[in-house]
Formats: sequence, structure tokens, C-alpha cells
Amino acid sequence: MPELMEWGLRGPALDRQRTLRLKALAIVGFLVVWSVVSGAVVAFTLFNPIFFPGPWVVAGALVTLAAKGQLWGHVGATLERVAIGFSTGAVLAIGLGLPCGYFRALRGVVEPIVELLRPIPPLAMLPLFIVWVGIGEGSKVGFITYATFFPMFLTTVHAVSRLDPLLVRAAQSLGARPVQLFFRVILPAALPEMLTGIRLGIALSFFVIVISEFIGAEQGLGFLINDGRSFFLVPQMLGAAVLLGLFGYAGNALVRLAERRLLRWQAP
Amino acid sequence: MAKIQFEGVSKAFGRGVPALEKMDLEVAEREFVCLLGPSGCGKSTLLNIVAGFLAPSGGRVLVDGVPVTGPGADRGVVFQEYVLFPWLTVAGNVEFGPTLKGVAAEERHRTAARYLDLVGLGGHAEKFPVQLSGGMKQRVAIARALANNPSIILMDEPFGALDAQTREILQDELSRIQRVEHKTVVFVTHSIREAVYLADRVVVMTSAPGRIKQVFDIELPEVRDRFAPEFTRYEADITRVVKEEVLKVHP
Repeated sequence: MPELMEWGLRGPALDRQRTLRLKALAIVGFLVVWSVVSGAVVAFTLFNPIFFPGPWVVAGALVTLAAKGQLWGHVGATLERVAIGFSTGAVLAIGLGLPCGYFRALRGVVEPIVELLRPIPPLAMLPLFIVWVGIGEGSKVGFITYATFFPMFLTTVHAVSRLDPLLVRAAQSLGARPVQLFFRVILPAALPEMLTGIRLGIALSFFVIVISEFIGAEQGLGFLINDGRSFFLVPQMLGAAVLLGLFGYAGNALVRLAERRLLRWQAP
Repeated sequence: MAKIQFEGVSKAFGRGVPALEKMDLEVAEREFVCLLGPSGCGKSTLLNIVAGFLAPSGGRVLVDGVPVTGPGADRGVVFQEYVLFPWLTVAGNVEFGPTLKGVAAEERHRTAARYLDLVGLGGHAEKFPVQLSGGMKQRVAIARALANNPSIILMDEPFGALDAQTREILQDELSRIQRVEHKTVVFVTHSIREAVYLADRVVVMTSAPGRIKQVFDIELPEVRDRFAPEFTRYEADITRVVKEEVLKVHP
């Protein structure tokens, strides 16, 4: 068995260095292919090169925006909306999900409502948010909160409801009172799945913020993309998209780091 | 006064045949009692009632003269499935009970170290449960129960999931620990050999509905020899009685 664990099902694990090298190589390779293709478009005048700028042109557009001092405003606006919207969503989802997971009666009341709302694509609700809250920050932040609530709520409920009842019994027979049971057993037992929900939530917030910034925003990476579309500024559009990708990646990496710290017990 | 008193304890799940019917039994302080019987005879149910995990449908269980109403730190439980807290280290698991009581860290560490030594896991304090074998996990579970200093220890087929060799080693260890700790132990098993090796008294239960069929006082020395003729005689006597019950279920 330990042999199998060490080797996995497909042979031995690659060592860290080699894995890192492979990853770096993949990224460089991607940039090279991108450069070559966009270079070919220019060299052979396949179509107007304005539609497919190379990576260096995209980077240049970002540098220009940064030099003009405009980039930080857009990045800041998007990150602020994501931070507020996502954390409100997380607080609501976890605050409601923990008791819903634990108390069957409460779950019986809340779950049908959530299950009715969940299949509606969040994007379908965006115009409604604008009608209700207005076109300002409120609707954008509220929209992220709404969209990210579902995955985080559902994972939290599931994590708590499938808690091994023997763990509860073991703690109780060691003298755990309800509050101790919550903090010392239910929360740590539910944490792995809750963190997965948080990771989904972060990814989703970058997903939906762009669309809400298409409508009635003066700042933000979504605005940059939409604004670029009106003026055929393809490098600006791609640049903003790349930044969104990087932020999403960073958010994911941050949660992964937290997981490695908090869930060390799963693979010490 | 008996340490644990069962007064007409009955338990029925839904309609069907009740799991337990009017069980009366007294367990003395510091006594090691084994509950023995065919699967489904309600012996685990009985243990869960003493632990306070289940409420009886009729009758009551008294511990030190007080009726049991729920689980509590005075009754430590060792489960067949180990049930360690996987997010805590071995030491963290053993310290769980003392931590709940607010015992100071230094004293907690001392207690944990002492009980880990007692179960032979002195060098494994910082490991996590996923890194341990089944036998080691069950040693941790026993240390965890003892470190909380309960007056009663309830063991529900604690060695049932272990291989035969590990099982005998842990029986030896438990017998040695009991000579040091002198707890009141109720131990559920379906191994007759295990019961004769460990118990002061073996209670054989009937198949469902569970009642007491026969009680055997094991008058053997504290340190037992599994191959002594007297040991084998107890084994044979009890086997005969248990077989009658098993045959009722699987004729």
C-alpha cells in the first residue's frame, strides 16, 4: 500500500524541480507559438494585424496604460469589487451553510429555495440587480455576492451534513459541549470541502465581475475590454483579459497555499 | 453500590423484534466485563446506551446511582473504527479531553506523554492519524480515552478490525494496562478467546431480542495463559453456550 501511495497509479511522482521546469517550458512555448503566429500574420499580410497582436504588443499596451497612470485605477476597481463582493458572499454562505448543514429542519426550509434559484444562470439576474440597486457599485458588488454564494453555500452544507457522526460521539464522550463541538470537530472536519467551495467562489467572482463591468462602469478590467471593443483596441482587450487570468490564478494559488497549511494532516 | 446498574433496559428500533429486552445487570467498580453474543444480539446497542448515545425504550442505566441521560467525560469510549480526529496529531488526539477541560498546556503534554508511553507509542506523538497502522490508531484511541481519566471505559469491539497477530498483542497490552489503571470496563466482542483472556466476568447474550443467557465468572490469574487447560475449559464451556444462540439465527 505505501508503495502504491508513493508511486500513484502512473509511476513515480516527478521531482519538484523537474515539474517546475516543465511548467515554465510550457508557458514559454505558448508565448513563442503566439509570437510566431502573430508575426506570420504581419509577414504574410494574412489579415489586418490589428486583430491579432503578439504578446509583446499586448504587454506594451499594458505598460502604456500603466505609464499613463490609468491601469491602477482599473485594476483597483475590479479587485475592490471582487474583494467586497466575494467576502460578503463567503460570510453569508458559510454563516448560513454551517447551521443548514447541522440542523436538518433548517436545511429543509432553506434548501428548496436555494435549489430553485441555483439553476438560474446568475447572468440572467444581472439586469434585475441593476433595476433594483441601480447601476453603481452596489449592483456590481451585490451581483458577485449573489453568484458566489451558491457554490460556497452548497459545499459548506454538504461538508457539515456528511460529517461522520462517530466523530461527534467521540468528542462528546470526551466531554465536548456544543460550542466546543462546533469549533473543535465540526469546523475542522468541514474545512477541506469548504476550502474547495471558496476556491470555486473566487474563480466565479472574476468570471462574473467582467460582465457586470461591461454595463455602466467607468472603471475596471471589464470596462477596459468593452471600451477596447468600441475602438478596436485589441491589445488593450487582450491585456485586460490576461490580467484577469493572472488575478484568478493568484486567487486560486492563495487558497491552495492556505489548504497546504491548514490541511497538512491529509498528506503530512 | 454497583458502578453500573442496568435496570430492565429495553431497546426497540422501529417495529420488528426489539434489540434488547428487559436487561438487568450490575457491573462492580473496577470490574472488567465482556459482553459476548452473536451478531445482532444488541450488545453494541447496550454499550451505546451506557455511553449515552442512545436512549433506552424502557428501563434505565445508572452510573454511580445516577441515571445516564447523555454522553459524558466520566465514560470513555473506544470504537471499533478508531475514530481519531484526523486533523490533530497523535498528541493532539490524546490531549483532546484535557484541552476541553481547560487543563494547562504543560500538564496536558505530560499526561499525553505518559499515556502514549503506556500504549507503546512514545515516539509517535507528532504524527498524524493517516500515518499510522490500524493497531497504532487503536492504541492512540485507548490512550485518548485513558488520558481523560474516566472512571468507566466502554469498548465496542475495539480489536475487531485488526489482524489476528496485532489483535493478540493489543489484548496483552490492554490486560497489562488494566492491571495499572484498574478502570471499570465494559467490553463488547464476539471473540470468546478474547473475552476469556480479558474479562473478570463474561456475559453471554441471547440472539435478538437481546437478553442475558448466562454469566461466567472467570476465575483465572490476572496474567493469563491462552494455552492453560483451565483457559481452554472456559473457552469450551462458553463456546457451547454461544453456539446455541448462533444456531437460532443460522440453523
